[in-house]
Amino acid sequence: MALDERKMTATEARLAAMQVPEVGCTKEAREAALERVRRMGLPGRRDEYWKYTRPDSLVQVAAPRAAVFDAGEEPMFSAFDRLRVVFVDGVFSPELSDDLSLEGVQIDRLEDICCTNDHWAEDLYGVLEARGQSPVERPLAALNTAYAGDGVAIRVTGRVSKPINLTYVHKSEQSDVLLHHVIRVEPGAEATILENGPAAARFNKCMEIDIADGGRLHLVRAQGRDHERRAYTSLFARLGAKATFKSFTLTVNGVLTRNEAVVEFTGGDAVAHVAGACAGDGNFHHDDTVFITHDAVGCESRQVFKKVLRNGATGVFQGKILVKEGAQKTDGYQISQSLLLDEDSQFFAKPELEIYADDVACSHGSTSGAIDEEALFYLRSRGVPAAEAQDLLTLAFIAEAVDEIEDKAIAEDILGRVQGWLARRR
Amino acid sequence: MLEIKNLHVKLEEEDKQILKGVNLTVEPGRVHAIMGPNGSGKSTLSYVLAGRDGYEVTEGSATLDGKDLLEMEPEERAAAGIFLAFQYPVEIPGVGNMTFLRTAVNAQRKARGQKELSAADFLKLVREKAKTLKIDADMLKRPVNVGFSGGEKKRNEILQMAMLEPRMCILDETDSGLDVDAMKLVAEGVNALRSPDRGFLVITHYQRLLDHIQPDVVHIMADGRIVKTGGPELALEVEHNGYADILAEVQ
Repeated sequence: MALDERKMTATEARLAAMQVPEVGCTKEAREAALERVRRMGLPGRRDEYWKYTRPDSLVQVAAPRAAVFDAGEEPMFSAFDRLRVVFVDGVFSPELSDDLSLEGVQIDRLEDICCTNDHWAEDLYGVLEARGQSPVERPLAALNTAYAGDGVAIRVTGRVSKPINLTYVHKSEQSDVLLHHVIRVEPGAEATILENGPAAARFNKCMEIDIADGGRLHLVRAQGRDHERRAYTSLFARLGAKATFKSFTLTVNGVLTRNEAVVEFTGGDAVAHVAGACAGDGNFHHDDTVFITHDAVGCESRQVFKKVLRNGATGVFQGKILVKEGAQKTDGYQISQSLLLDEDSQFFAKPELEIYADDVACSHGSTSGAIDEEALFYLRSRGVPAAEAQDLLTLAFIAEAVDEIEDKAIAEDILGRVQGWLARRR
Repeated sequence: MLEIKNLHVKLEEEDKQILKGVNLTVEPGRVHAIMGPNGSGKSTLSYVLAGRDGYEVTEGSATLDGKDLLEMEPEERAAAGIFLAFQYPVEIPGVGNMTFLRTAVNAQRKARGQKELSAADFLKLVREKAKTLKIDADMLKRPVNVGFSGGEKKRNEILQMAMLEPRMCILDETDSGLDVDAMKLVAEGVNALRSPDRGFLVITHYQRLLDHIQPDVVHIMADGRIVKTGGPELALEVEHNGYADILAEVQ
């Protein structure tokens, strides 16, 4: 089917304004990605997959301005011993970053691998993104592969002693950033990756994660408190046998955020949990779009998403579990819930299950509701002031998602940040 | 201490009059029991005193130590010394029992201008009180009332009462859903809190709770009013003859 003309025009206008960065071994992958973008066209308002989220500001040529916001607090994760990899408006900053050598892991800048041939990342860059384009197209991810200006390649070969913290600093009101990371976890290796910061006025980030048999990766991200920023992130994870992938994302503020996660099980008995919590006040639109493909026996997937919305904030959840023929003993679970703190806020949910195997356990649930008045009165009758009681119940609501973080100290830090966010809005 | 005068209350949504002129005074150190048939307004009275939404006071007053309760928010009433042990304690998934207790204790201390309890002092206090109510560490760790048995929920109410040390305790059908052993445990918890400066209002259907918590005064409530007041013997009379005789007599 030919693309409609308007879409084609928008796509070509955007591409004309993009600059291809220095390319080395990723050249072919970038060219192929550009082909994909041209074929698919960038998302338009009439695309089914963008029914609840308007892609206009992510697609248009110039990034809308976004004021830089000083949160006035210690950056996320600063309480933890971690290896810092810092990007300022999408450019790696050696001054702000730690020495990248750490036992059990090899970290290279995308720029460096682009100049080397035969880098391991060559077999991964753009590969999982390309696989993830079917059955649903994700043109903004392909755009990222084609034009990403920076990023890191992380190869985990052992048990890494401390988390690798990717920090994205937003400095310019007009920064328009595309970052692309590739991560390979070798058999039996394990690492934790933390991500934080708003990154840019407009941010398009792609992360491709390949976890070999028995590998484990924990990903915890906090998307920064800048109110005006826009972000589209995509995550493509492929899991081998007995591999584990656990991801949690916290989003507070931001006018527009869409986080896509595409997970594919290719070996048996693997586990993938994708979770997120967001809190939005006013001009806030948050979209979690998840696609999990079970193509192996005995794998477990969990999606847990919680949204706290007020003053006309909007939440979207599109989550799908696809169980292919032969993926017996699949255990799939999906829950998406929103807590609407007033009558102006909205939540759209599209949970989907598509199952071609007959011996599976899949369940899904989606709810949206207000604060439980009974519980609120109970707390108040014990002397807890109304605002504090409401915060306590709100935190309890998102706790199920935050509980997906294995490291309890990090989970507590995340809850503390949300508590602060709520307290500032009393 | 607790003074209720000519209290008239209706349901906000249904425009239905529930309390039709309740008069009641509870003195410090005394235990008052309110008995009455279903629908007589007993639970409404307890909710109105605690400040639950959905009720409209159309006439009358309720004061604690001279302070107008009806003007206060629920949390202000709690800080002033009102405690309602719920007939159906609410389950709060995601909020740990310990966090809940500590938040409540410290919120009240703060409201009264007292210093908040340190984590260590709080822990010591809660362990000590929990022990006498046979509440184990696991129950303290679990989310508030979630997965608790009927007896556990009621014991948890009494634990909160013990921690908060209110001036005026209102027990709404605390015996419902309890077996004999659980009722004894709960009653012991309540009796341990009896003191010369604390008042109790025990609402119950049945006399059996009053075997364990000896009241000083017994009121019979019917159709939104207190229709008869007497000593502990009144509860026995109800037990033997039911409410019908008394209601017939007052009418």
